[in-house]
Amino acid sequence: MTMLQAQSLYKEFDGIKAVDDLSFVVEDNSIVALVGPNGSGKTTVFNIVSGFLKPEKGKMILDAKDITSLSPFKIACLGIGRTFQDIRLFPQISVLDNVMLGLKFETGDRFQSALFQTKRMKKEENESVKKAEELLQFVGLLDKGDALAENLSHGQRKLLELARILALKPKIFLLDEPIAGLFPETKRTMFGLIRKLKESGKTILFIEHDLHSVMDIAEKIIVLDHGKKIAEGTPEEIKKNKEVLKAYLGKESL
Amino acid sequence: MEYLIHIFIIAGIYIILTLSLNLIVGYTGLAALGHIAFACVGAYTSSLLALNFGISPWIGLIIGAILASILGAIVTYPSLRLKGDYLALATLGLGVIVYSIAKNWVGLTRGPMGLPGIPAFKLFGYEMNNVWAYLVLVLIFVFITFIAIKNITNSPFGRILRGIREDEIASQAMGKNVNKYKLIVFVIGAFFAGIAGSLYAHYISFIDPSSFTVMESITVLLMVVFGGMGSLAGSFVGASALIILPEFLRFLGMPSSVAAPLRQMIYGLLLVILMIWRPQGLMGKYKFK
Repeated sequence: MTMLQAQSLYKEFDGIKAVDDLSFVVEDNSIVALVGPNGSGKTTVFNIVSGFLKPEKGKMILDAKDITSLSPFKIACLGIGRTFQDIRLFPQISVLDNVMLGLKFETGDRFQSALFQTKRMKKEENESVKKAEELLQFVGLLDKGDALAENLSHGQRKLLELARILALKPKIFLLDEPIAGLFPETKRTMFGLIRKLKESGKTILFIEHDLHSVMDIAEKIIVLDHGKKIAEGTPEEIKKNKEVLKAYLGKESL
Repeated sequence: MEYLIHIFIIAGIYIILTLSLNLIVGYTGLAALGHIAFACVGAYTSSLLALNFGISPWIGLIIGAILASILGAIVTYPSLRLKGDYLALATLGLGVIVYSIAKNWVGLTRGPMGLPGIPAFKLFGYEMNNVWAYLVLVLIFVFITFIAIKNITNSPFGRILRGIREDEIASQAMGKNVNKYKLIVFVIGAFFAGIAGSLYAHYISFIDPSSFTVMESITVLLMVVFGGMGSLAGSFVGASALIILPEFLRFLGMPSSVAAPLRQMIYGLLLVILMIWRPQGLMGKYKFK
């Protein structure tokens, strides 16, 4: 089954083609990596998928629903959870509240229930605290719950960002460079979590510019260069692909 | 003694303004420089209804607050796309426009001549022109405002507002309809500012456009920043301090031509000192970014 499908996306900035006639498919319950040299349009693709940018041409389809023209918050509600390359947490808010902002409330989101402090809202809030704590436990940040997000280390922030979109319960996870700048140990933790997500039936699409790091985790790799898809396939196929080597190394063999 | 109570009443009215602006600026992080415009709408609405149609100030107060909310919604809706400085300018424009209308639509507002003889609130046939009675009335409204804003901010809804303040894009990525929340916040803020305006008009019994200049909006913003953004206790402290402190100038025996500009200078100086030593305000937890 197809979870996410891009149909000939095209996006340009002031005449420079950022994404050029790009089509790809992400199957349900798979791990797909989007790789490419710097400036190849990976993050632009993410911004289009999550609705922050609108493509000039082409369509985005999530679970058989056209999401191309929807606003980012609606796309998030429909089941696309994304992280950001430059990590966008809520810095002056506690770690626990950061996760809780990802949760969907039934009554507490509404102004009326806040104004009258309804019992249902309070009950919901207690359940949400438990859910958020479980997620913090999952990524190993439970003991940091009360700290402000701005006081976390780089690796912890990456993990918190993951916990936050877990709270959103998306159908597909879009992770923008989840392992960039991490220590090898945290890198392994992150990959471990991504594998666990896959085992529990989730779909993951992630960006990485280091080709070697993705080889042992991705099931499918899509390689971009100058906004165009130059290769797509299993890690073995990509390793042997001449176009890819050229884009990365400027020559045809290692 | 009456003079002292008068100061407390004015401070109470400013506390309502400060609390409601704190919801917009301190909790949600939206730059708003036109808050007094909503008070102006509230004040003129209930005064004109009372003077021209003999409508009870109580009903006028509610209608004024609702009209202020509607104005808040009308202005906010197109400015939702604007961020930071641009939103500040749009709201500043609102302040100037409302002030100009109050000053120039002479047929309705009597312009710079103002509206004299605004009737006081009546309770069981008893006219509340006693300062003590009015102090109690203002304190009740301060309490209502405080509870409302406290409940709103102390909830998942309030957490979303803080999320918007911290990072709008991340809030959207978390599936929050940021524009809807901003609109609600402006409507609530305008509602309470409208109440404050109405309370002021029926207390002083005379209003003219000079009470609702852009400088007043900035004073209220200063109270929010001084007390601490995102701190309700701070709003109490900020508004009270900036109303009561300048009153001491009166006792120095200065002519009003010196005292008035001196008041502005003291405000400016206080803000500079604060920004250097305590950028989060006296009781605030959140720093400017």
